[in-house]
Amino acid sequence: MKKITLKLFRYNPEMDKKPYYDTFKLEAEPTDRVLDLMEKVKGYEDGTLSFRRSCAHGVCGSCAMRINGQNMLACKTLVQDLKTNKITVEPILGLPVLKDMIVDMEPFFINYKSVMPYFVNNSPEPSQERLQSIEEQERFDDTAKCILCGACTTSCPSFWSNDEYVGPAAIVNAHRFIFDSRDEGAAERLQILNDQFGVYRCRTIFNCTVACPREIEITKAIGEVKKAIVTGSLD
Amino acid sequence: MKIHQFEVVVVGAGGAGLMAGLYASKSASTAVISKLYPARSHTGAAQGGIGAALGNLEEDRPEWHTYDTVKGSDYLADQDAVEFMCKEAPGIVYELEHMGLPFSRTDDGKIAQRFFGGHTNNETTKPVKRTCYAADRTGHMILQTLYQQSIKNKVQFYDEFQVLDLIKTDEGVAGIVALEIATGEMHVFHAKSVIFATGGWGRVWEITSNAFAYTGDGVAITLRHGIPAQDMEFFQFHPTGIYKMGILITEGVRGEGGILLNGKGERFMEKEGNAPNVKELASRDVVSRAMYMEMKEGNGIDGERYLYLDVTPETVNKYAAIDGRTRPDGTPYVVTGEEILGKLPDIIDFCETYLGVNPVTEPMPVQPTAHYAMGGIPTDNYGRVVMDKDRKEIMSGLFAVGENACVSVHGSNRLGSNSLLDLVVFGKFSGIEAAEHAKKTNYIPLPENPAAYAEQQLEALRNADGNERLSEIGREMKEIMFEHVGVFRVEEGMKEALEKIKELKVRFKNIKIDDKGKKFNMDLLNAWELSNLLDIAEVTTVAALNRTESRGGHARNDYKERDDENWMKHTLAWLEEDGVKLDYKDVVFTNFEPKKRVY
Repeated sequence: MKKITLKLFRYNPEMDKKPYYDTFKLEAEPTDRVLDLMEKVKGYEDGTLSFRRSCAHGVCGSCAMRINGQNMLACKTLVQDLKTNKITVEPILGLPVLKDMIVDMEPFFINYKSVMPYFVNNSPEPSQERLQSIEEQERFDDTAKCILCGACTTSCPSFWSNDEYVGPAAIVNAHRFIFDSRDEGAAERLQILNDQFGVYRCRTIFNCTVACPREIEITKAIGEVKKAIVTGSLD
Repeated sequence: MKIHQFEVVVVGAGGAGLMAGLYASKSASTAVISKLYPARSHTGAAQGGIGAALGNLEEDRPEWHTYDTVKGSDYLADQDAVEFMCKEAPGIVYELEHMGLPFSRTDDGKIAQRFFGGHTNNETTKPVKRTCYAADRTGHMILQTLYQQSIKNKVQFYDEFQVLDLIKTDEGVAGIVALEIATGEMHVFHAKSVIFATGGWGRVWEITSNAFAYTGDGVAITLRHGIPAQDMEFFQFHPTGIYKMGILITEGVRGEGGILLNGKGERFMEKEGNAPNVKELASRDVVSRAMYMEMKEGNGIDGERYLYLDVTPETVNKYAAIDGRTRPDGTPYVVTGEEILGKLPDIIDFCETYLGVNPVTEPMPVQPTAHYAMGGIPTDNYGRVVMDKDRKEIMSGLFAVGENACVSVHGSNRLGSNSLLDLVVFGKFSGIEAAEHAKKTNYIPLPENPAAYAEQQLEALRNADGNERLSEIGREMKEIMFEHVGVFRVEEGMKEALEKIKELKVRFKNIKIDDKGKKFNMDLLNAWELSNLLDIAEVTTVAALNRTESRGGHARNDYKERDDENWMKHTLAWLEEDGVKLDYKDVVFTNFEPKKRVY
């Protein structure tokens, strides 16, 4: 057991004029998740602590938070990973804080929906599956892993400066379809992203790639989309 | 209070709810409400795949899939429903592919398929590659694909709305009541058809693969309205959860050749009485029981309560050679670490993150984990809720689908890769049926104050100022249920659990809620969810106590055999003021006579 000092961002719009930090001291196993610590505080110290969570193992994308200054999933970050006994948890940046760790995700989902994040193929459907080679499937395998947690977009300085920028998550989800050999909507998506608030706001800072809990090579994917716009080719 | 009107309202946005929403919205005004953002739903945690007899790698037939499912259910599934589902399976998998689902592929570009427990070639009785997969994230891909298509087709969503009540008058179902979590405001959804797709309730148990959101809301709400729950004693314990955490390790690991080993390094699944024929690929109830017995006999790793699941190439190749396993082209089955990584990337990531173990070079410590509800709201093949034991009384306007429904296609034990199939097949047909129902009927007038009960429930909780902590009541419930209403059960233990649950329900009345606010009051909602779990724990335990036999997921040490003479029947349970009332309904048979189950 380790003694942990957990410093938490607090803001209750019904009580507080402005945000503040609350500090809790608790015992934790090195293998405890940060989410476990927060559950412990909520369950035994202060039931008003509010945060989103569901799957608790890194696949649902609910609990993206800023942990010791870096965007992570609270359920996928262990105490031992942080290599310190002082843990600070804050809401992800660039989206309005609604209560404690809960931010308004609507702007994020509006950006996501703006890039046609769905399969388009208007050709007649075959009676069985459309064929796709293993290599063709691998072309977009990485970006298909996205869980829409928002860790990437809310770590991006370009997004912080202007939330009209669609952000890395939206581009990742456009990439997933642009490079799918079965899809017919690439030209339209590339046109959407060839905009002042599209891919060119990306300054290849790599924060998104570091933040991604699914280890998607986001900056690389954005680069591929940029290249496709410039060359007009998906090769 | 806000009032909305939609012909169809779907509650829940996982695989079943999204599929129902997609189909209902083709012809009826439809809203999908969900307590989570749809992409957060627990369907996304499903790993291994979706079963369908496509025959892409070897001969397969829907009839074999039907038989395997019936056998897997320990003959408690309704055979007409299973036949329906397995026949629809290939078509619906192609439909998902046409929606863009990125399946893994075979060398010739078709949908890839793998082995899963209990799925066999009925002529040779050997395992068959029936489970269609997208690496080990098939559920994620299904959830994303259906959500994407919902956006494309402009389905109307109400994200982060918590359902609290069903509106049911003497005339029938008139809608639902939900809380907008962000504001704390009540919303009434006036509807002609209501579809419950709220998922399972693994959070009743201490060790579970299930999300926090899995609190059985749909079943708890319908129970409060006098609607029965079916086969609640049958809850599946998946053999391979990460030790202590319960996080799922897909059966696909064993499909790819992974072996279960005890503390002596023995492959115990091949022992007589376990599954000498298909070994690790027996159905889940059989494997979980074998594991439990190994650990009980002191054969756990270092005598502890866990075993090893080993998918390192050395182990896989060693046993593949012993089993004479071959590739589709007839060459011996030999895998490399790279291949394992390619097929199981997520579980490798989980093991590295949570255990510091790399499954390509080390075995994984595993134990059975509470995973899946076979029981739920009784329905027919079109999601219509069936109220009585004679299957004559349909609750007009009410539908249930997915894990919170009981058709029953899983009987007393579900085969792996049949849950994703269940979601999409019955999601589709209930969506169609709910829209048709809406076209044929008028809105039933709302009662005077439709949200009265929900408001009263919430306000009582909000003002609760006792001295019991929710977290403590929840912990005690999970602990006793895992101990006594788990993999193995015995009368004395279950009675103890029932007494405890009753005690916890009394103590629940004396809880303290810290958060008195309106906005994002998760404290309040967690309390309401716990009240659902307590009701479900009680119903589960009473149903389990009464069934004096062992069948599928319900294994009793005091009644070790299946007893077809007395117990070849579904349980129906009603939650009444003075406790749980039980009755039983017949199982539907078509082609398959019950036989002893041997793997």
